[in-house]
Amino acid sequence: MTRELQAPADPGIRIRTELRPAEPAAASAAIGIELRDVNLSYGDNHVLHDISMDVDEKRVTALIGPSGCGKSTLLRCLNRMNDLIESARTTGSVKIKGQDIYGPGTDVIAVRRRVGMVFQKSNPFPKSIFDNVVYGLRIGGVRDRTALEAAAEKSLSLAALWDEVKDRLQASALSLSGGQQQRLCIARAIAVEPEILLMDEPCSALDPIATLKIEELIYSLKERYTIVIVTHNLQQAARVSDKTAFFWLGRLVEYGVTSDMFTNPREKLTEDYITGRFG
Amino acid sequence: MKATSAVDLRRRAVSRAVEVFCAASVVLALVPLGMILFFVLRQGLPALNGAFFTEMPKPVGEPGGGMANAMVGTLILIGIAALAAVPVGIACGVYLTEYRRARLSTAARFSADVLNGVPSIVIGIFAYQAAVVPFRRFTALAGGLALGVMMLPLIIRTTEELLGLVPPSYREGSLALGATRARAVWTVVLPAALPGIVTGVLVALARVAGETAPLLFTSFNNQFWSTRLDQEIASLTVQVYTYANSPYEDWHRQAWAGATVLIASVLFFSLLSRFATRRLERMHRGTA
Repeated sequence: MTRELQAPADPGIRIRTELRPAEPAAASAAIGIELRDVNLSYGDNHVLHDISMDVDEKRVTALIGPSGCGKSTLLRCLNRMNDLIESARTTGSVKIKGQDIYGPGTDVIAVRRRVGMVFQKSNPFPKSIFDNVVYGLRIGGVRDRTALEAAAEKSLSLAALWDEVKDRLQASALSLSGGQQQRLCIARAIAVEPEILLMDEPCSALDPIATLKIEELIYSLKERYTIVIVTHNLQQAARVSDKTAFFWLGRLVEYGVTSDMFTNPREKLTEDYITGRFG
Repeated sequence: MKATSAVDLRRRAVSRAVEVFCAASVVLALVPLGMILFFVLRQGLPALNGAFFTEMPKPVGEPGGGMANAMVGTLILIGIAALAAVPVGIACGVYLTEYRRARLSTAARFSADVLNGVPSIVIGIFAYQAAVVPFRRFTALAGGLALGVMMLPLIIRTTEELLGLVPPSYREGSLALGATRARAVWTVVLPAALPGIVTGVLVALARVAGETAPLLFTSFNNQFWSTRLDQEIASLTVQVYTYANSPYEDWHRQAWAGATVLIASVLFFSLLSRFATRRLERMHRGTA
């Protein structure tokens, strides 16, 4: 499978990376994240090729594509989590509100506070529910108990979890169900009031009902946050996102308004992928 | 399909033989422990009484007396050892996990393994040269440090092993929330590994509490009550050693009683470590 994908790209496939005019409905959106010529390699393995795209502010953008296409890697570029991998080299620029997070002198810690992340597998810390939610605030230096409590209630409410856990905030986070744990992780990410929320296949380990809850949550959160979600589930991309970006072999093949892309893809490759002919 | 073909019989016989051999080995392995317990308790229990725990050693010829000073001495010695070895050992284990492939890590890992294999008498002689000779006196401090050196490799390796078992997703989660590396280790990774590390520390303590050789030339022995760190101090193991080597019947009985206390304390540490682990684990699992 991997070998097949790494075969030299068919010269017949033209990969368009120019930006597409947004549809009128989405036109009012400002640019949340501006990527220009982002390239990333792990050692000799070139994973992302010249990615340029504008992510709309306070909209949901879905990144789709077959396994190994670089969509998760791209997501991790947006909060510099790839820095944790020694061999990773990134070039190009990723601007958030005009500030290049790969520019010299960037405070990575500050970037990660502005760009929250929810992982594929929910990863609540082995601490109480309360301690999980306020973790980010505490490491940011907030000590005031009432402020922490208020923030916990607010974030848990936004993550649609408050009613389920308000009577047992001191219980271990690991006592929650899988779906609740994932919503707790979302609450934990939004407690530090980021501008952007990155989600890396947040529902892949969840049952359909828990998935539905998270999707509703994503829908409600886009009022406040710019959301970028990686998903393998095309229906999910169609349901939750305003725009979709299709990746293949580390290149951005097509990027546009979700409803257009699913009904009328511009590229043959996109069409093949969303109709299930490969991937 | 015949149920009793020759192959079938052979297979069953081999299986049975292996089973019997394994079971016999298990029994054989239990024999030494059983015999130790039997002999020590048979001789030691009758010699144990309240006075043994509360009284000081009596001069030769006077019956009775106890090892109160030696028990307190042992506690002080392992206290010093823990204070010295636990912070250093855990910090070292953290370094080894964080900088897995650094050259310093390879060196530290190797020396921890070597140190673990160094005979305790050699560690005693080293501590004598390093901490007794310069001050020209035997001290509790020197004894505690010798025991600490023995604990160090145990703590380093358990810490490293247990930190390695913490899911990387905890760390990632913490870093993604804007934690520094040190912060992530201190607030999430280390607490997650804590139950196991506590067990490792207790096991290490139980092990060094039973050491005699590192103490012979460091904390020496003391027939009198002393809690001073800059003086020689009594310890259960050295006391047992001294008494067992003596020609006096009464001292032999005291030595057996001392051995009983030592075994009981090892048992106590083992139980304590299990208890500590369970409680902490339950807290982590979320049933608390």
